[in-house]
Amino acid sequence: MAHAVTAHTGAHGGHGAGHGGGHHDDHHDQESMKQFGFWLFLITDVILFGTLFATFVVLRLNTDGGPTGAELIELNGIIISTFLLLTSSFTSGVAVLEMHKGNKRGLILWLAITALLGASFIYLEVTEFIHLVHEGANIGTSAYWSAFFTLVGTHGLHVSVGLVWMVALMLQISRRGITPVTKRKVNIISLYWHFLDVVWIFVFTIVYLMGVM
Amino acid sequence: MEQHNAHGHESHESHGSMKSYVIGFLLSIVLTIIPLVLVMNDMLSKKATTAIILVMAVLQFAVQLIFFMHLREEQKPRYNLMALIFGLVILLTIVAGSIWIMTYNAIG
Repeated sequence: MAHAVTAHTGAHGGHGAGHGGGHHDDHHDQESMKQFGFWLFLITDVILFGTLFATFVVLRLNTDGGPTGAELIELNGIIISTFLLLTSSFTSGVAVLEMHKGNKRGLILWLAITALLGASFIYLEVTEFIHLVHEGANIGTSAYWSAFFTLVGTHGLHVSVGLVWMVALMLQISRRGITPVTKRKVNIISLYWHFLDVVWIFVFTIVYLMGVM
Repeated sequence: MEQHNAHGHESHESHGSMKSYVIGFLLSIVLTIIPLVLVMNDMLSKKATTAIILVMAVLQFAVQLIFFMHLREEQKPRYNLMALIFGLVILLTIVAGSIWIMTYNAIG
């Protein structure tokens, strides 16, 4: 790890020369440990979604004589949501690239685009839920809909939390600029965002596509 | 000694390039459109469609991991990869185990 840090400061010329070597190293190690800690959190989130998917798949036929997913799901809105989230996963990656170029304005701009796409996704999801409830499918209607709203809602909740977090991070970056700490935070949130896109791909495939088949 | 790229802004953090993000993005779009077309046009039998769209989802997971989350560029020891594999083993156990038990113990 020390080798990598040397290469880093070396490449930037005099940029990091003012720092004491040892201090820089410690700080750096701590940031990468925090990033790894976040990765472990994502793994636990994989397991959380795993249990929800298992529940949904097991209960997918238990509609208690009520409406089924195939009857009520409108795929068009879901397709738009899918592409919104897919694009936002890409733009959060672009934000990371801008950060590594040291472009603070570009970083904030691309984070804002990502957040905007995420907010549109949530808007569509809330609209869909309202539509479903009006059609007579709420979380208590049948085992199918309980599993449906829990799984899709948990994902939506994750995206919503990510949005709040992203806005807070944009404010922090605009005040503090690109520092090792804000860098780590941007790396982490982009990991989180890619992860949410992956989860959505499975929601899209298992809940929606297989639901309307 | 690993090779460092010529741009010089290389740090230990693997953050990819615009090229890898664009490739990943295009692949994800293709992998989303194929299942959509299959399902909306009822092109294949139900079993075949299910198998194909699940494979597409798994491939897309791999695309995000490699092109967006840079899993392949991790340095040794590869703790991220190990943690991920561990998580996936638990995931498969929960999902496959639940389906198995509930399928063969269904009453009526």
